[in-house]
Amino acid sequence: MKRLGRAEFDRLLNALTEVGYELIGPVMRDGAILYDSIAGVRDLPVGWTDAQEAGQYRIQRRDDQALFGYVVGPHSWKRFLFPPNQTVFSARRTDDGFVLETPPVDGVRRALIGVRACELEAIRIQDRVFLEGPYLDTAYQQRRAMLFVVAVNCGQAGGTCFCASMKTGPKAHGGYDLALTEVLDADEHYFTVDAGSPAGKEVLDRLDLPEASGAECDAAAAAVARAESQMGRSLDTDGLKPLLDRVLDGRHWEAVGQRCLSCANCTLVCPTCFCSTVEDITELDGGARRERRWDSCFDGEFSYVAGGSIRQSTASRYRQWLTHKLSSWHDQFGSSGCVGCGRCITWCPVGIDITQEAAALRVADAAEHDG
Amino acid sequence: MHTPTVEAAAALEPLLPQRYRVTRRCQELADTFSLELAPVDSPLACCGPGQFNMLYVYGVGEVPISLSGHSQDGVGLIHTVRVVGPVTQAMSGLEAGDMVGVRGPFGAPWPLAEAEGRDLVFAAGGLGLAPLRLAIEHVLDNRGRFGSVCVAFGARSPELILFRNILERWRARFDVSVDVTVDCAGADWAGKVGVVTRLLERDDYEPVETCALICGPEVMMRYSAKTLLDRGVPAAQIFLSMERSMKCAVGYCGHCQFGPGFVCKDGPVYSHADIGRLLELSEF
Ligand SMILES: Cc1cc2nc3c(=O)[nH]c(=O)nc-3n(C[C@H](O)[C@H](O)[C@H](O)COP(=O)(O)OP(=O)(O)OC[C@H]3O[C@@H](n4cnc5c(N)ncnc54)[C@H](O)[C@@H]3O)c2cc1C
Ligand code: SF4
Ligand code: SF4
Ligand code: FES
Repeated sequence: MKRLGRAEFDRLLNALTEVGYELIGPVMRDGAILYDSIAGVRDLPVGWTDAQEAGQYRIQRRDDQALFGYVVGPHSWKRFLFPPNQTVFSARRTDDGFVLETPPVDGVRRALIGVRACELEAIRIQDRVFLEGPYLDTAYQQRRAMLFVVAVNCGQAGGTCFCASMKTGPKAHGGYDLALTEVLDADEHYFTVDAGSPAGKEVLDRLDLPEASGAECDAAAAAVARAESQMGRSLDTDGLKPLLDRVLDGRHWEAVGQRCLSCANCTLVCPTCFCSTVEDITELDGGARRERRWDSCFDGEFSYVAGGSIRQSTASRYRQWLTHKLSSWHDQFGSSGCVGCGRCITWCPVGIDITQEAAALRVADAAEHDG
Repeated sequence: MHTPTVEAAAALEPLLPQRYRVTRRCQELADTFSLELAPVDSPLACCGPGQFNMLYVYGVGEVPISLSGHSQDGVGLIHTVRVVGPVTQAMSGLEAGDMVGVRGPFGAPWPLAEAEGRDLVFAAGGLGLAPLRLAIEHVLDNRGRFGSVCVAFGARSPELILFRNILERWRARFDVSVDVTVDCAGADWAGKVGVVTRLLERDDYEPVETCALICGPEVMMRYSAKTLLDRGVPAAQIFLSMERSMKCAVGYCGHCQFGPGFVCKDGPVYSHADIGRLLELSEF
C-alpha cells in the first residue's frame, strides 16, 4: 500500500496523461456531478458533496476540501464503454445495389478516475452482457480493452446507496488498475493507493511513492467501515429469485404501476441496463445509416410487435424491470443485475425505491403463499 | 499529448449484414410474398428449419424473418413475408435483381432429431405455416424415421390459405394426413370451418408417443398446446415458436426478453415444458 499526498494528486493524473490516457472523471455541471473529460484536480468537484434521497438530488458544500466527497450522480461510466448513440454501419447505393461499412472505433484510451466499487461491479456485469454471449459486441470490446480504471473506495455512503447488502461495496474488490482511499484527518489529507494490475503497478512505479504507514492504512480502513455502517438502505436478496417467480402474476405490480410514470429515468441512469434500439436514417444524398441507441423497457414501443405492444400497462413494464434486475439476470448472466448504487431511487421523479418494492413483494408473497 | 489509436478495425460486425440479391419474388397471398435470395459475397452458415435471419432493406430497417425454404441449389434462402408495417412494406416492393442485407442464422431450430421415432403433429396458424414448411418437408423426405404424421392448418378465410400447391402436394401422399380449416367462409367453401385446435382432436396419433410442432399467433399456440396436453401429449414434447420484438438477434439489445431468456438465442423454438407457465401471464 502506497501513500499519495493530496498535493501530489496531479502527479498521478499527469502520469496517466503522459502514458497516453484521456482522463475522464467527476465534474460539476448543471447542478449535478457528472462524468466528463478532466485535465487535473482543478476540474474535480473539490469540497462538494451530494445530498440524495428518493426522488431528490442536491449539490452541497462540504466543510473540507475532499476530492471525492460525494457518491454517484446521474451519469455512469457505461456511457464511455457503451455510448448512448453509436453508428452500426453506414450504407451507400451503388450501380448494382449497395455497400455497407462499419465506422472506425474512436481508438481513445481512457482512464476513468474515481470509479466506485458498485460501478466496478456494474462494468463487470456489462462485460458479461457484451463479451460473453455467443456474439461479441466488438466496439465495446475495443473500448474496454483500452481502459485504465482508478477506483475510489467510498468513505461515506450516499442517501440512497445499498451496495453493502448487494455485496458490491463500499470497498473495491478487483477489477481496477489502481484503487485509492481518501483520508481526511484534522491536519492531513492523503490517499492510500493499491495497484490491482500490472498497468497499475507500472504507474505506481513511475510515481515512486512512499509506503503508507500502518496507522495510515488503518485510517483508510476506518473510512470505508464508516461508509458501510452509514448505509441507510438494504435489499434482502435471500430467496428473492424464487420469491419473484412466485409473485409474477400477483397483484402488487398494479400498485406500483399506479405510481410509476414509465419515464425510463431509472433505466437510463442505471449502470447495468444494456438495452438498445436501432434507427435507420436516410441522408439527403441517398446514403443511409443505422444508429444504435440506449432504449428502455419502460418505453411504450419497446415490446412492439406487429399489432401492438406486448407490455401495454405500466405495471407490466415495472414487473419486467424489477424481475429482470433481481431475478432473470441471474438466469441470463449468473449474477444480479443490480449493484445497489441507488441511482434509480434518486432519479425517480416520484421516488419509487427498488429496495422498498422488493420488501413489499416479500410481504405480498408471505400473505399469499404462507396462508 | 499523444493519444494512441487502434487500427480502424471493423466495429460491431455481428450487427453488419451480408449482401444478398433477390433472385425470385413470388406473391403468395394478397399481403404475403416470398423472396428467394442468393449471396452476393460469401454465403452465411446454413440456416435450418425453425431458425430465422434478420433481413435489411436499404435505409428502411431490419426485421426477423424465419426461413421458409431453400432454393434449388441449396445455397439460396427463401423467406415468406407478410406486410404489416414499414419494413415489410418496403420489402414487398423488391424485385429480382434488388439487393437486401441478411444476418443469421439465429435461434434454435425445430428439434427434428429428437422427434425421430415419434408420431408427429404439425399445427400451423396463418403465416405460421412458413416456418414449419421445411420441418414438414424434412419429415416427408425421411418419412421412414417417423411414426404417423399429420399437418393441421388453420387460416382465417379460404383466400388466406398459404402454400396451396404445396399443401395439395403433401395431401396427395398416402403417408401423411393434411387437414385444413378456416375460421369463416362463404358458401363456395367445401372444406372445414372452425378453429385449428379442433383438428387436433383426432385419433391417428398416440399422445404419449407424439411430438407436436406448433407455429402461429400466440393465442392459437396456447390453445393448441392446451388441446394436446389435455389429450395426453407430454409438455416436453410440445414445441412452439415465439415471436417478440427483436432489434439485434445476437442477445444484447434486450428487446426479445421472455422471462429467464432471450427469444433470439434461447428460442424462438421452445418446449412447452419450459415456457408453459409464462404463456399464461398477461403482458409478459
Ligand atoms: C423469430 C421471428 C420470426 C419471424 N418470422 C416471420 C416470417 O417468417 N414472416 C413474416 O412475415 N414475419 C415474421 N416475423 C414477424 C416480423 O418480424 C414482423 O412482422 C416484422 O418485424 C414487422 O416489421 P415492419 O417494419 O414491417 O412492421 P412493424 O412491426 O409495424 O414496425 C417495425 C417497428 O416500427 C415501430 N412501429 C411501427 N408501428 C408502430 C406502432 N403503431 N406503435 C409503436 N411502434 C411502431 C416499432 O418499433 C416496430 O418494431 C417473425 C418474427 C420473429 C420474432
Ligand atoms: S429490460 Fe429493462 S431493466 Fe432490463 S436491461 Fe433492459 S432496460 Fe434495463
Ligand atoms: S437497479 Fe437501481 S440501484 Fe440497482 S444498479 Fe440499477 S440504478 Fe443502481
Ligand atoms: S433480439 Fe436483441 S437481445 Fe434478442
